[in-house]
Amino acid sequence: MSAPRRDRRRDGPPEYVWVPSPLVHAASDQPTVRMRHPAASSTSNGVVPDGVRSLEPPEAPPPSTTDLSSRIQQRTPPPEAEEQPDNGAWINSFRSLSAAMAKGFARDKVGVFFTFLFPLMFLVVFGLLFRDDSATKTRIAVVGDGPVVAALQRAGAVDLERMGSATEAVAKVQRGDVPAALVVNGNAVQLRFAASNQTEATTVQGLVGGVVDKVNLASSGRPPAVKLDSRQVEDSSLKAIQFITPGTLSLAVSSSAILGATLTLVSWRRKQVLRRLRLAPVSVATVLTSRLLLSIGIAVVQAALFIGVASAPVFGLRLSGQWYLALPMLVVGTLAFFSIGMLIGSFAKTEESAGALANLLVLTMGFLSGTFFPIEKAPEWLQTVSKLLPLRYLVDGLLGVMVRGQGVEALTVPVVALLLFAIVVALIASQLFVWDDA
Amino acid sequence: MEQFAESRYVRPGGPNEQGRGRSVSLPANICPTDGAMGYRAHMSRLGDAGTAIIVHELRKRYGNHQAVDGVSFTVAEGEFFGILGPNGAGKTTTLEIIEGLREPDSGSVWLLGHRPWPRKKHLLRRIGVQLQASSFFERLTVKEQLETVASLYGVGRGTAADMLELVGLTEKADTRENKLSGGQRQRLSIACALAHDPDIVFLDEPTAALDPQARRNLWDVLRAIRERGKTIVYTTHHLDEAEELCDRVAIMDHGQILAMAPPADLVRGLAAPTRVLVPAGAVPLERVRSVPGVDEVAEEAGTLTVSTRTPAPVLATLAQQGALDGLQVRSATLEDVFLHLTGRRYRA
Ligand SMILES: Nc1ncnc2c1ncn2[C@@H]1O[C@H](COP(=O)(O)OP(=O)(O)OP(=O)(O)O)[C@@H](O)[C@H]1O
Ligand SMILES: [Mg+2]
Repeated sequence: MSAPRRDRRRDGPPEYVWVPSPLVHAASDQPTVRMRHPAASSTSNGVVPDGVRSLEPPEAPPPSTTDLSSRIQQRTPPPEAEEQPDNGAWINSFRSLSAAMAKGFARDKVGVFFTFLFPLMFLVVFGLLFRDDSATKTRIAVVGDGPVVAALQRAGAVDLERMGSATEAVAKVQRGDVPAALVVNGNAVQLRFAASNQTEATTVQGLVGGVVDKVNLASSGRPPAVKLDSRQVEDSSLKAIQFITPGTLSLAVSSSAILGATLTLVSWRRKQVLRRLRLAPVSVATVLTSRLLLSIGIAVVQAALFIGVASAPVFGLRLSGQWYLALPMLVVGTLAFFSIGMLIGSFAKTEESAGALANLLVLTMGFLSGTFFPIEKAPEWLQTVSKLLPLRYLVDGLLGVMVRGQGVEALTVPVVALLLFAIVVALIASQLFVWDDA
Repeated sequence: MEQFAESRYVRPGGPNEQGRGRSVSLPANICPTDGAMGYRAHMSRLGDAGTAIIVHELRKRYGNHQAVDGVSFTVAEGEFFGILGPNGAGKTTTLEIIEGLREPDSGSVWLLGHRPWPRKKHLLRRIGVQLQASSFFERLTVKEQLETVASLYGVGRGTAADMLELVGLTEKADTRENKLSGGQRQRLSIACALAHDPDIVFLDEPTAALDPQARRNLWDVLRAIRERGKTIVYTTHHLDEAEELCDRVAIMDHGQILAMAPPADLVRGLAAPTRVLVPAGAVPLERVRSVPGVDEVAEEAGTLTVSTRTPAPVLATLAQQGALDGLQVRSATLEDVFLHLTGRRYRA
């Protein structure tokens, strides 16, 4: 144990050294710091007098027994922690800061609206827009009824639009409204199709031909010579709501995580709340993680809202088996976007510029990462670009576990990518962090 | 001297060493404007407390404006130290450097034996700061604000409630921060600074927005804190208040300390004449003028003002003349010292 000595050249008035010294007060045994003139003290040459304890860390002050002001005296001195982490104190600060932030957030009506309902509007609007766009289903006009029509309906491969008369149905084909019209008249089945739409016409011909063969075979009573076992495999041609839900949810989560971190930092710095916190024995990490906790909470609520709304019969979202794996994915995603928010919040000076920057970033990423459409359908270059954006990984992860029926294996790449991203960006942000810009 | 026995930072060697002279002899450059009368006389009055704050040759420049220009002083533990000065004198900047909120361009600060810059958490536990501009968590109530701040120091809810009572905000406990009046905000800010029972309290114009009741209540609070051996450093523009509360004041202007001493010493040092005021016409002007020791006699707005350094013969003469009705005697105050030192010109 040695007396902490100051570097004379660096540290100012050379006439003094600080020496730790024992306390007078019998009840307390706490180190104290005295200033002494070196000439009057042997400690100037580094010799520490007996009984001297180390300068740091000072221990907790003894509870005051003074009774000079009853009101002030009631107060118990806080436990004194030192630079070494004190878990109890950390948890305390973390909990109360989280509570303060959550209350502040919940009481801001406009903020709550923009966090929860505004992004939900994307889901509703896109969900309704693409509701009938059953990706691969073709619509054909049908006149009459019979086993063929019933079989077609059961197969579900095409949507049937019932019409009153054959002329009407054919006119519809001529106008290009539907690729084909099926006219059933007893045992006569007529198919009229438009030459302009070769692909769809061929599909419809194949389909109807198949169904007719099947009906013929069934009525003959003979067993089929060849048996076809066909089963659906989940592929990119999902029903629109199936990819709109994870997509718009990713957008909502990224937007609120970025904005939450950014605006908290910027407005707290401007309103000098950070200054106030800087004066308290609380670390930057505690301040930021307590806000991060709120962001994670917000993401979970957003997910619940999105899934709830999308599952409504109008939209008809079907979650696949291990959809709950979306939770860890959301947490990691929030981490990544929160770190982006920290970065913006470290250099932006006003709430306006921070908000504009954050929104620009979120929307750009949103358009380039397949939040509104399946990224597989995008041009090659866009798919490449999207792989550089964190939002793509969140969308991929959520798509995989929520609707594609994939398991943990679908999360490996997104989780690793987003965690690495979060660590790097958070490190940069922490280097740029300032408590106040005054 | 009793209260200093309770101080947690007393000199080594035990109580029997109390009363002996300070072993720390400060060179003159530490407190340039302290004469023999100022600092040392003051220290012997305080007894043998430790040193809470040392500020040495502090300088801070903003752009091309020298906000703090070579400030040095020492504050003893248990001392109530006031920093006075016109707007823009550099008081807040000086305090913020001591609190560790700003880095000085040059010079050094020792706070309870540690350098406040860069930020040291263990030091922050021991200081309480009320900033000139109060800042609160958005949309939280008074009670929630205080509980949040208190919990950062590991102080419980009970204390927070006590603090509210102490600053008279109990009734406003459930009011949101943005619905408080200026004075109420200030009181909340003070409560936040005191909640963790700090060893050194920094208050930047704590009484600025307070009504006379709250001001006097705060005085009681501050005196009680000081009685317990805590150190208080504060700034104010209420010179009567500084005169009443402070053990010692520093008068600052243009980033420099112009004078530093106990208020009474400063006032005495000014050697300003005492002014005796009587209603005009109560006594003939010539009669007063002939009294020995009268410096000046002026009649203005129905009042006769007699300036003298020896008020006794003047008062005797007035008594003789039966002119004691409505008589006022005004001796110099800290305000006179302040204006004498800093002049009357507006500050930018
Ligand atoms: N952040 C800053 N940037 C630039 N200049 C500043 C800053 N803070 C203070 N100043 C300038 O430094 C000078 C001293 O300011 P300071 O706040 O210390 O004065 P003060 O003595 O506290 O005044 P007041 O009595 O009005 O509170 C002023 O001229 C002010 O304009
Ligand atoms: Mg100021």
